[in-house]
Amino acid sequence: MSGRRRLPLAWLVVVPFFAYAVLYLFLPSGQVMVGAFQNNHGGFTFSNVSAIIHTSYLRSAFEVSIRLSLETAFWGALFGFLLAYAAIREGIPRFIRPMFTTFSGVAANFGGIPLAFAFIATVGTIGIVTRFLQGAPFHFNLYNWTPPLSNQPFSLFSFIGVSITYLYFQIPLMLLVISPAIDGLRREWREASSNLGASSFQFWRYVGMPVLLPSIISAFILLFGNAFAAYATAYALTSGTGLNIVPIVIGNDLTGNVLSNPHEGQALAFGMFAVLAVMMLIYVPLQRRTSRWAR
Amino acid sequence: MRRFPFSAWIWILLGGAYFFIPLIATFLFSIKDNRTGNCCSLGNYGTIIHDPQFWSSFKVSMLIAVATIGLSLTLFVPTIYWVHLKLPRLRPVLAFMALVPFVVPPIILVVGLLKFYKDTLHTPFWYLGNPYWFLTTAYVILAFPYVYFSLDAGFRSIDVHTLTEASLNLGASWRTTLLRVILPNIRIAALSAAFLTLAIVMGEFTIASLSQFNTFPTYIEYINETKGFPAAALTLLSFGITWGAMLSILLLGRKRGGRVQVVGGR
Repeated sequence: MSGRRRLPLAWLVVVPFFAYAVLYLFLPSGQVMVGAFQNNHGGFTFSNVSAIIHTSYLRSAFEVSIRLSLETAFWGALFGFLLAYAAIREGIPRFIRPMFTTFSGVAANFGGIPLAFAFIATVGTIGIVTRFLQGAPFHFNLYNWTPPLSNQPFSLFSFIGVSITYLYFQIPLMLLVISPAIDGLRREWREASSNLGASSFQFWRYVGMPVLLPSIISAFILLFGNAFAAYATAYALTSGTGLNIVPIVIGNDLTGNVLSNPHEGQALAFGMFAVLAVMMLIYVPLQRRTSRWAR
Repeated sequence: MRRFPFSAWIWILLGGAYFFIPLIATFLFSIKDNRTGNCCSLGNYGTIIHDPQFWSSFKVSMLIAVATIGLSLTLFVPTIYWVHLKLPRLRPVLAFMALVPFVVPPIILVVGLLKFYKDTLHTPFWYLGNPYWFLTTAYVILAFPYVYFSLDAGFRSIDVHTLTEASLNLGASWRTTLLRVILPNIRIAALSAAFLTLAIVMGEFTIASLSQFNTFPTYIEYINETKGFPAAALTLLSFGITWGAMLSILLLGRKRGGRVQVVGGR
């Protein structure tokens, strides 16, 4: 046999892995995409997907989900960045940084039902902080208070409460993701710019931010996806009835709590997929840019 | 003299308060008496520990975790090894596939798995009705990105080619090479992957609950809805499990500057 191209035996080893990925990831996700465009007789239709825009509670679920994810990603990114930067400032004891990273590793993974309960114990209607504020010196009822930028009184089980709870895993995630990038800001750059007469603002405007911006945006996208896909925390806080976000509606469809179009769940899942896919399209090229500064 | 970093301290203190107050509140809840709501009793911990459902759900989740770890490692270690050794062209493909679960989070995956295996394939009940089968196969997918990044870093830090050639030249079989030469060299990466997977499985609620299985996280949810103060004890216990898994990874990775990774139990 003269063939320079032998039977690709080398590929056989990776077949089980790819077969597994096809069976348990690609075919089931493909099923969602196909089902989203199928009517009850198996024919092609746009009506399931267009129902997301035309049905008010579905559209509002997407609006609330996206707003919740954007807001918690924004505040999470801001506070996470500030904390990560604060931890490495001069004059801060050295043990703070590893303490933060270790704790963030745990907190970023501490989601779902237990997290929801921790906040119920803190600022729920009989939470420790709620009770404490009601007590002697303050006489402050948290649940009568309207937070700034909000049009309804505080409640742990509403948009603001769920946002505050989500920040418990969003801020640590930001801190973990952004710390290596902040480390990449070399001290020499700061010194060089100040030797050349730049102010602190000018340093951040012309050096710090341009270097960090791709990392910050890709971290923001991770945070967005993290909040967008979250189900358990919101489920435990709102008991599946209060705050209408997309994962909760999908969950209700699956458990049959609501009588609805059997393809609605798939259409909603497809909608989530589309939003996340757009995020990924921004994320991947940014990742390439950030790796340029990583050493 | 350096200025005192006043604003930095403010942020650190505020951050510390935000992260510790909920834990302290949960602890204070957990030592309240379940009947009277007064301090202090360890009764809630007793309630949990003496609940047979606690042990049975804990056992189910632990077994699923062990199965997921076993299946992930047997599936991914040879694949990633082989890709590093013979098929470097596939590395970007694997890296891309590790991003796919971001676009297909658990809530989408569970819709797809149920539709595909129940409605399209009509899979028999031994698969669909059995948490060990159904959840393990799903959790391998959830764990894939974390296992992949951990193992990939492990393989990058060793010289796969030299180790393999040396071992084969000395007459070892492929099996011996993989199990007795390569595996011991990436054991830290493999152990980190195992602990990450453990943390995922012990916290995963979405798929378990929506496919109607009783696991440790769904048990926590059940206690949450039914027993107020014991739920606090259980919450701290669950936090402790996450701590244990993450600290193990940190301690393992300390020698080679390992990074904490993030899994999703939301």
